[in-house]
Amino acid sequence: MTTKAIPLPQSQAEEHEHEDEVREHLLLDPRPRSELNRMVMEAMQTTTPMFWVVVSLLALLTTVCLFGAWLYMGLTGMGVAGIRRPAYWGMFIATFVFWIGISHAGTFVSAILRVFKAEFRRPLTRAAELMTTFGLAAGAMYPLIHLGRVWVGYWIMPYPNNRWLWPNFRSPLVWDMIAITTYLLGSTLYVYMPLIPDVAMARDRSKGWRYQFYRILALGWRGTEGEWQRLRSAIQIFAYAIIPVMFSVHTIVSWDFAVSKTPGWHSTLFGPFFIAGAIYSGVSAVGMILFLIRTTMKNMDYFIRAEHFDAIGKLMLVFSFTWTYFYFNEYILAWYGGDLSDQYVWQALTKGEFAWMWYLMLIFNIAVPWLTLWNKRVRRTPWMMFGLGFVINIGMYIERYLIVPGMITRNRFPFMWDGYAPRIELLIAVGSLSLFLLLYALASRLIPIIPVWEVQEGQVATMLRRIGKAKVPTISELE
Amino acid sequence: MEEPEGNGKWGMVVDLDRCTGCGACITACAMENNLPFVGEEDAGYGRSMQWMRVERGWKDEFPDIGAVFTPIMCQQCGAAPCEPVCPVFASVHSEGEQINLQVYNRCIGTRYCGNNCPYIARQFNWFDYAKDMPEPLNYQFNPDVTVRRRGVMEKCTFCIQRIRRVEEDAKAQGRPVRDGEVLPACGQACPTNAIVFGLLSDPESRVSHEARNARALQLLLEELGTQPRVVYLKGLRAPGSLPVK
Repeated sequence: MTTKAIPLPQSQAEEHEHEDEVREHLLLDPRPRSELNRMVMEAMQTTTPMFWVVVSLLALLTTVCLFGAWLYMGLTGMGVAGIRRPAYWGMFIATFVFWIGISHAGTFVSAILRVFKAEFRRPLTRAAELMTTFGLAAGAMYPLIHLGRVWVGYWIMPYPNNRWLWPNFRSPLVWDMIAITTYLLGSTLYVYMPLIPDVAMARDRSKGWRYQFYRILALGWRGTEGEWQRLRSAIQIFAYAIIPVMFSVHTIVSWDFAVSKTPGWHSTLFGPFFIAGAIYSGVSAVGMILFLIRTTMKNMDYFIRAEHFDAIGKLMLVFSFTWTYFYFNEYILAWYGGDLSDQYVWQALTKGEFAWMWYLMLIFNIAVPWLTLWNKRVRRTPWMMFGLGFVINIGMYIERYLIVPGMITRNRFPFMWDGYAPRIELLIAVGSLSLFLLLYALASRLIPIIPVWEVQEGQVATMLRRIGKAKVPTISELE
Repeated sequence: MEEPEGNGKWGMVVDLDRCTGCGACITACAMENNLPFVGEEDAGYGRSMQWMRVERGWKDEFPDIGAVFTPIMCQQCGAAPCEPVCPVFASVHSEGEQINLQVYNRCIGTRYCGNNCPYIARQFNWFDYAKDMPEPLNYQFNPDVTVRRRGVMEKCTFCIQRIRRVEEDAKAQGRPVRDGEVLPACGQACPTNAIVFGLLSDPESRVSHEARNARALQLLLEELGTQPRVVYLKGLRAPGSLPVK
């Protein structure tokens, strides 16, 4: 939300006009709490036949493409995937990095924007946090899917055993396991805490199995002053604590590549570069999901407005700049260094078999956002933001694809160069996408997708003050 | 990480001037170490299982063109890139022989070692290839070597089973291991004796003498700091080759 001083109105009519312009902000367009509650409950409980068709389709896709294909691979062998020497990692790991990237959206929107008191975040926090949890759920399966012997995958965890064997704490894969588990637990708690007052609200307004469900989730929340105080300080502590966890997760994912000796991967820039890319794709995905929520759920055009798409669009543009900056640092310095093995990699990307993907990535990640997102009208049009988010996420997926199977098809022995073509990986990638969408669709009907109390808090704190003859939006400090 | 200098440091010298590129070493290695036949389709796809490869390059221009051959196997690095990245210690260093070992039944198949090996020396079992071995052929398996199952990594072991057998015989007879007593399958099969194997820690062994040869090249990818254990010799009639050390 922008806070701008409004010039003095010249007439009564003009004053009303300004009033309308101001009212288009959610926080300056308050409605009574009972009305907000009713709108959110209605959105949550309304399911159209179309919704159930989509959900069953997603459930079918998840069962067949994800679990069915994985089971088939587990029974026959990793060979049904397209990976081959020297690219021992393929689309599985690329998709893993993609999902971990998507999962950065929630924490970024709800923790960083909360800490910086960006008021526009209020209606979107939960939608973004759910992306974190479900993105991680989809992503965390991939390290298991890609294991040659998944049935002994638990050996990567430190647990007491009579062989006195520990995992190898020098291996980035062990760091990965620890970082992702921490992030999954932390972000689930972080979704849950601000949810408590909302499920308590839902508990008081529902019957039957829903009542039981919310009663358990609400942990006996009554809304006393003491409860609110403890909840607020807990959220505040978690918001600060989850930010370093978020940074560590994608840094450690990037170290899977950066600590190796493989040309193209061995880079000191990968940590911040991966984080910029993760937030870039995550924020773009938030734009997409907001569009879906707004168009498919009831009453959502009150909560999710053009101003929110506008703000998300600005973030997308900023992170597009950041990502580009890192990408070209990486690219130009490797080219300037002149190391022969690095040259092989960059030749494969710029002139070789991956060139069409590389240029497509530059168009999707740089050209398209830079040419469109500067325009306020584009940023404020929901379907355009959906399209842009889609294009950027395709571009970011290509980026991960080029890093993981793309770069390792080249090495220091041209005799051993080979290509890569995905086989069952495609099916499993479709399956994990439908798992994410399925979990999200079910969650959107089970828990309030809009944090009602946060919206109301913002609306109470924000008001139009008359200073002299001008009306100025003001926000009072809450903490 | 530097490894402690022990007394059993095995190494190999490959004389590229003698190598004719016949590929006998690859075949012998496959027979000795129970390497599976992956079949035509998978081999064509780039999944052939061999612990050694003979890289062929061309030198000079037509009509005086000649082929150069470089047999490359696991270099048994002193500071092996495959070891620290394995999350479960399946890729480990043997203190006794100072070579790099793969523990098949510990491997969970992350394939990280395969990505991080700068020599592309590691192979992955994509399927249960040994299961598909037709009836009489399974009797050719070497009982001294594990038949690997699917989902694990494998690589050249310097024929560790032969080293261990000789070491145990010598221990039983109360004598040190004699020079030339251990010969890996590739060296045994080589018709031109291009592969010499022995203890690099013994300065008087044949392999140590050969390694100090004036024709010894820079170690393969020595600049990466991997401390490889295989020395390549080259120098006779080789214009344009790497500078002699």
